[in-house]
Amino acid sequence: MLKIKGLKVKLEAEDKEILKGVDLDVPAGAVHAIMGPNGSGKSTLSYVLAGREGYEVTEGSATLDGQDLLDMAPEERAAAGLFLAFQYPVEIPGVGNMTFLRTAVNSQRKLRGEEELSAAEFLKLVRAEAKKLRIDADMLKRPVNVGFSGGEKKRNEILQMAMLQPRMCILDETDSGLDVDAMKLVAEGVNGLRDAGRSFLVITHYQRLLDHIKPDVVHIMAAGRIVRTGGPELALEVEHNGYADILSEVA
Amino acid sequence: MVTPAVSNPAPSLLDRLVLPTSGAWANDARRAALARFRDMGFPGRRDEYWRFAGGEDFAAPEPEEAPILDMQGEAPVFSGLERLKFSFRDGRFEGDLPALPEGLEVSRLSDAGQQDLHWARDLYGVLEAAGQSPVARPFAALNTAFAGDGLLIRVTGKVALPLSLIYCHDDPRSDAMLHHVLRLEPGAELTLLENGPAAARLNTVLEVDVADGARFHHVRAQGRDHGRRAITHLFARLAKESVFKSFTLTVNGAHTRNESVVEFTGDDAVAHLAGAAMGDGRMGDFTHDDTVFITHGAENCESRQVYKKVLMNGAVGVFQGKILVKEGAQKTDGYQKSQALLLDEDSTFLAKPELEIYADDVACSHGSTSGGIDEEALFYLRSRGVPAAEAQDLLVLAFLSDAMEEIEDAAIIEDITSRLEAWLARRRAG
Ligand SMILES: Nc1ncnc2c1ncn2[C@@H]1O[C@H](COP(=O)(O)OP(=O)(O)OP(=O)(O)O)[C@@H](O)[C@H]1O
Ligand SMILES: [Mg+2]
Repeated sequence: MLKIKGLKVKLEAEDKEILKGVDLDVPAGAVHAIMGPNGSGKSTLSYVLAGREGYEVTEGSATLDGQDLLDMAPEERAAAGLFLAFQYPVEIPGVGNMTFLRTAVNSQRKLRGEEELSAAEFLKLVRAEAKKLRIDADMLKRPVNVGFSGGEKKRNEILQMAMLQPRMCILDETDSGLDVDAMKLVAEGVNGLRDAGRSFLVITHYQRLLDHIKPDVVHIMAAGRIVRTGGPELALEVEHNGYADILSEVA
Repeated sequence: MVTPAVSNPAPSLLDRLVLPTSGAWANDARRAALARFRDMGFPGRRDEYWRFAGGEDFAAPEPEEAPILDMQGEAPVFSGLERLKFSFRDGRFEGDLPALPEGLEVSRLSDAGQQDLHWARDLYGVLEAAGQSPVARPFAALNTAFAGDGLLIRVTGKVALPLSLIYCHDDPRSDAMLHHVLRLEPGAELTLLENGPAAARLNTVLEVDVADGARFHHVRAQGRDHGRRAITHLFARLAKESVFKSFTLTVNGAHTRNESVVEFTGDDAVAHLAGAAMGDGRMGDFTHDDTVFITHGAENCESRQVYKKVLMNGAVGVFQGKILVKEGAQKTDGYQKSQALLLDEDSTFLAKPELEIYADDVACSHGSTSGGIDEEALFYLRSRGVPAAEAQDLLVLAFLSDAMEEIEDAAIIEDITSRLEAWLARRRAG
């Protein structure tokens, strides 16, 4: 599904290389996790995949089902099935959450040449999904993420994911800021979406999330590279020993 | 009183204008206004409130031609609302006065002399004259002297239907001056709607006297003709516990200057003034100027100004807003916000926010900002599949939303929002 080869990325504004050759292959139906110290480049990788400005790809490639992601506009990537749950969801004063969701769903459908959802169909869908995530009507009415608590913002990201039904979901620290119950809700949301045609790339600092969302593969990222890849036991190792052992091994 | 220097030697607009005769007291008021105007003269660029955008085009002997906009079958704004309609074409009232509900009296300015309209005599040119100090507003005095038409409106009860003034524009060279006076008696309520371009060049004065406990709600949508020019004046006097709300939408127009002069004379009153303006210099000149002067002369009054402008392709936005809190106007709550969203580097926003406070127990604030589109928000929307242009439009509407929220009626907000959306979509289509 998602194939990243030798991806090198520097900042556009300054001569600073952040990704120094990332290789990653997430097959259809798989759940991969990425862990790694602060500043190792995890969010940068997710932003570059989603198409955020400010980065320059100097080498390598990233494809979604063979389509060159790096050549597409962010909205085209989204319509192709890529979704990023932001580490820091953006507040948009003046745009109602409902309007935002409906515009997003229908924009993607339009880009894919599908019929737009009617107001009634949309409402029914959003109510059902919001209920699962315990997002109340008031949160749907308010401007996007404005005044939401940290955990509410993260749940709102998962609501968007549930509405958009992407094929490749990247979750950047969706667990941080969530209380224990909210974490379960979010994990249930993710697990409910798991199927043979959908893949997940879960970025996290904590083994805790991976108890709920069981990964097939765990990668460790450090200083802009994937330095170790293993099974779920790798996450446990990090939880117990930190990164020191792994990093010294690699060095 | 600060009077602008007479910088135009022989103002020939004045030579061309003829004092209308509309009855005894109105004639007196007109002559007095002409004398006032002669003292002031036309404003020059050195006058404090004409530095950012001058008024040469308003003072020119003839208006510049303003081609009539092809609305392409689109129904004008407010069309879907049930309302009492009064139509003007190129500055002249047309048709008959409609049947009026209880609590509403309307006469034409031209009939003023024939009727016993004490209340109108005590208003016509009176609030305008009071509003000339401390800042001169010469075009308002000119209007009082020469206004060709207008309505005298008295509200004695709670009027449910909005009174709607519809300004059509057929003659690309028309020059119009309209002057309306409005008196809301104690406890009365009225919504006033105004829409349309009115003329190639328009000068309006609206004098509103809001008595104790009365409520006035004003929503105005200025015409979209690209070449039209308008200088409007709103003079309001607010008595005890009255409520005054005014919102203006401006899209297109070569030059618009909206002056609002509001004075609190009674305690516990509320005034909200808001404006949303959108201009694209690619479609012709666009200069939009909001000049506001609020005087708190009573206790515990709340004034709120929310002005938003979206500017692109060389469009120019001006905001000059002052809150004056007089001695003794304790517990004043004054708030002023003026913001511009600049969609490119060619557009300009010039702002002069001012506070002048002579009371000690007040809460006043003002903030003026200008900036570009929020790139983070834009990316967030695009990452959800919203194409860049549509995402930008959504953010433009979001930017205008807190001005729009000052409109009380949800149906009107929806009507206006859909116009803005359509305008943005047309721009996108090129
Ligand atoms: N726009 C930028 N300007 C300057 N430095 C940047 C920028 N974006 C990223 N960086 C730097 O690149 C490195 C990687 O950042 P990134 O956010 O990808 O880390 P991360 O692995 O997600 O960290 P965390 O676990 O704390 O979320 C950091 O050193 C960061 O400071
Ligand atoms: Mg990060």
